[in-house]
Amino acid sequence: MDTRGRDLRGKRAAPAGSLVRRLLLLAGLGCALLLIAGCGQSQGGQSTLHPASDQSRKILHLFWGMLAAAVVVFIGAVVLLAISYRRRNREGIPLVEAENEKAVSSGLVVAFGIVIPVACLIVLFFIANIGVVKATDAPAPGQTKMNVTVIGHQWFWEVRYPGSAAVTANEIHIPVKTPVNVTLKTADVIHSFWVPELNKKVDMIPGHPNTLELYADHVGMYRGQCAEFCGLQHAHMSMAVYADPPAKFRAWLANMAKPVAPPASPQAKAGEQVFLTQQCASCHTIRGTSARGTIGPDLTHLQTRNTLAALTIPNRKGYLGAWVIDPQHFKPGNKMPGLNLSGAQFSNLLTFLEGLK
Amino acid sequence: MRGLPDRKTGWLSWLSTTDHKKIGLMYIYATFLFFMLGGVEALLMRLQLAQSQNTLINPQTYEALVTMHGTTMIFLFVVPVLAGFGNYFVPLMIGARDMAFPRLNALSFWLLVFGGIVFYMSVFFTPPNTGWTFYAPLSDSAFSPSNGVDAWIFLIHLTGLSSVLGAINFVATIHNMRARGMGWARMPLFIWGILIYSYLLILALPSVAAAVTMLLTDRHFGTGFFDVAQGGDPLLWQHLFWFFGHPEVYIMILPVFGMISEIIPVFSRKPVFGYKAIAASTAAIAFLGMLVWAHHMFTTPTPIVVLAFFMLSSFAIAVPTGIKIFNWIATMWRGALVFKVPMYFAVGFIAQFLIGGISGVMSAVFPVDWQLQDTYYIVAHIHYVLFGGSVFGIFAGLYYWFPKMSGRMMNETLGKVSFWLMFVGFNMTFFVQHALGLEGMPRRIYTYQSGYGWDTENLISTIGSFILAAGILVTLFNAVRSVKTGKKAGNDPWNANTLEWFTPSPPPENNFDVIPRIRSAEPMKDIRREVAAAGRPAGSVAQPVAPGT
Repeated sequence: MDTRGRDLRGKRAAPAGSLVRRLLLLAGLGCALLLIAGCGQSQGGQSTLHPASDQSRKILHLFWGMLAAAVVVFIGAVVLLAISYRRRNREGIPLVEAENEKAVSSGLVVAFGIVIPVACLIVLFFIANIGVVKATDAPAPGQTKMNVTVIGHQWFWEVRYPGSAAVTANEIHIPVKTPVNVTLKTADVIHSFWVPELNKKVDMIPGHPNTLELYADHVGMYRGQCAEFCGLQHAHMSMAVYADPPAKFRAWLANMAKPVAPPASPQAKAGEQVFLTQQCASCHTIRGTSARGTIGPDLTHLQTRNTLAALTIPNRKGYLGAWVIDPQHFKPGNKMPGLNLSGAQFSNLLTFLEGLK
Repeated sequence: MRGLPDRKTGWLSWLSTTDHKKIGLMYIYATFLFFMLGGVEALLMRLQLAQSQNTLINPQTYEALVTMHGTTMIFLFVVPVLAGFGNYFVPLMIGARDMAFPRLNALSFWLLVFGGIVFYMSVFFTPPNTGWTFYAPLSDSAFSPSNGVDAWIFLIHLTGLSSVLGAINFVATIHNMRARGMGWARMPLFIWGILIYSYLLILALPSVAAAVTMLLTDRHFGTGFFDVAQGGDPLLWQHLFWFFGHPEVYIMILPVFGMISEIIPVFSRKPVFGYKAIAASTAAIAFLGMLVWAHHMFTTPTPIVVLAFFMLSSFAIAVPTGIKIFNWIATMWRGALVFKVPMYFAVGFIAQFLIGGISGVMSAVFPVDWQLQDTYYIVAHIHYVLFGGSVFGIFAGLYYWFPKMSGRMMNETLGKVSFWLMFVGFNMTFFVQHALGLEGMPRRIYTYQSGYGWDTENLISTIGSFILAAGILVTLFNAVRSVKTGKKAGNDPWNANTLEWFTPSPPPENNFDVIPRIRSAEPMKDIRREVAAAGRPAGSVAQPVAPGT
């Protein structure tokens, strides 16, 4: 009897045949999509696919290598499924299990199920542990010229520069091509510090200070975002890392370390009084004034930042005013209350805030 | 003699039943109801993410949806629906007349129902919105004063107790009540899956029960297990939670492996290839699965040598899993494949689970996980395992066993329509999420700005989710319709191998009038062979032909 007889069921074969074909098609489409995703360039993005440091590049190379192996394994399995469909026997014909066929199947399981995975995984283990870990490790203390401390808050990033009075928020400046040692802490719940184009993500856990190296190949802005769910406004807890030429960075840091100059105009003076007498000062610090709050971000040099509320809105006059009146509109659930100010108080306050250079 | 009590009919018979089949059906009804709820929650989330800076759903509601969806699908759908199939089919497949402890069985079911009700009651007050992992200190009273978190704690206590009692019942039943002749090496592979699922539940659940109890006392009675200020540690939560959380993944997949191992041989018209290897690899996966929990914590401050250990143990799981996949393929190899709907879902399961398994190995490599952790890549990975894997397997099981449970066949055409909608919809929804994760989109964000390149992929994903939902509805419609109008199934519509097909469909209250003696892992084949040889009616071969056979 011809046990290898072709399908005699005629049209019933069609849907099943197309099952395998469509599976293959879908796998191909999927891979294509992943490649397309890998090609799109974005400026100031936060994609792991556009590394700008040795660390991120090493991780990405490891990922591409594994993906190539994964695609081979997946397509191999689907091809085996397709062949087993193609070579199926006719329905109803009792199958005589030939000895050599059993051996073939056993070989299949042993080769694909055991030998190949074990070999691949051992190679992978050594590459990952020896090659990549060293590159992404935080430097030993004292090896780097620069130290930065970043403290996660619900929902912004406090940035301090040890050895300098400089304190800022959400926009971290570092010198380009310089390893920067970042110490990571949290003021409340668990956050995770992640600038994908520069390095891995590291959790900020209460009671467990952590460290990370930031290094940027070239001048530019790199975006990051909190990666561990931290409450209502987790979605609006972004940050930007600016890698500046060293001279520009030094000038920026020197300016940031200074307290703010006393307000020049009478409006700004009146605005400062609004700031100090209304609720603002209980949450915000402005060095050079008596405002010493620690709940919200330091506003000493507010106008040196490009964005407000952890990159939620641009730092422009209209946005700043709208934010002061109704912060809950842009970032519902954040800790800043809307202020009930008269028209004059409001415009004076804005004038004062715009003077925080 | 007092005689038998009157048989109750109507809804009272369901409320008071201790019959494993009725309890199994109630499990399946209740869990599919929760599956619908969890699905609607998922669709609402996908609608909100369809475009950047969407304002359809506010952050509070979105994050409650995230939490409810994850909790519902895991604790109220996948784990208990498997208990439902187990309840219905374990006694039938091993030739028993009920579970070992029928009243305990009813208690397990009602604990599950009340757990679900307690949890969903929080919708009318303040639903929890900390994500289904409830990481301390976010879930502590300082940051989540809402009593939704407490509702979740009670859900874990109630469903956890339900699962542990159910698991003890399964273990007792499978160890003690198998038909004569059914040795360990003749047990159906689905029974192996349920047995090891039960052992895992008994081992893993106490850990999360302890964790949520500590959270409860932290929240209300001033203890400080997770509070650094009082000498506690938030990492303790993560260890306890994932010590349960990772075995939970295998709890949700091992019985499904069992279903697939039953379905593929039946529709390949071949004995399963490597029975012992499949059973042994199930046990190996369970053992290794207890040793990998910290791969969920690769981004915490942990020594590299510890990370390397958990990477290796995670790798090790790939080997028994690979053995299973190639055993299924080898079973299909040159089999007389019959492509009915259960086989469609089974083959879809293999392909999709393979993707989920491979992306799992990739994220077990900790340097790579440092980038992928907490991104949409992980969201894609878990859904390839839990939806492309578990849920497709559960649908395969539903189509396979529906004739036994209802006595009617489900409609083949509708089944195939449903499969293709689900297959296309599922892959459309979740494949692009791998790319989203690589492009830096974190999970659990209620909105995102344009300019990251995430817009198109999110829109594709949202459209896919609605196609997927349509596919699920077609199957539900098919099931409801077939209960009344389906073709009569008869005892054994698939020419299957295991004992549940020996009894009428649906089975009578006592399951079997006579329990045949088991002589191989495929008792129905023996019985059919004897019927053919002797030309006698099926009932007469229920007794062994000769003593000692």
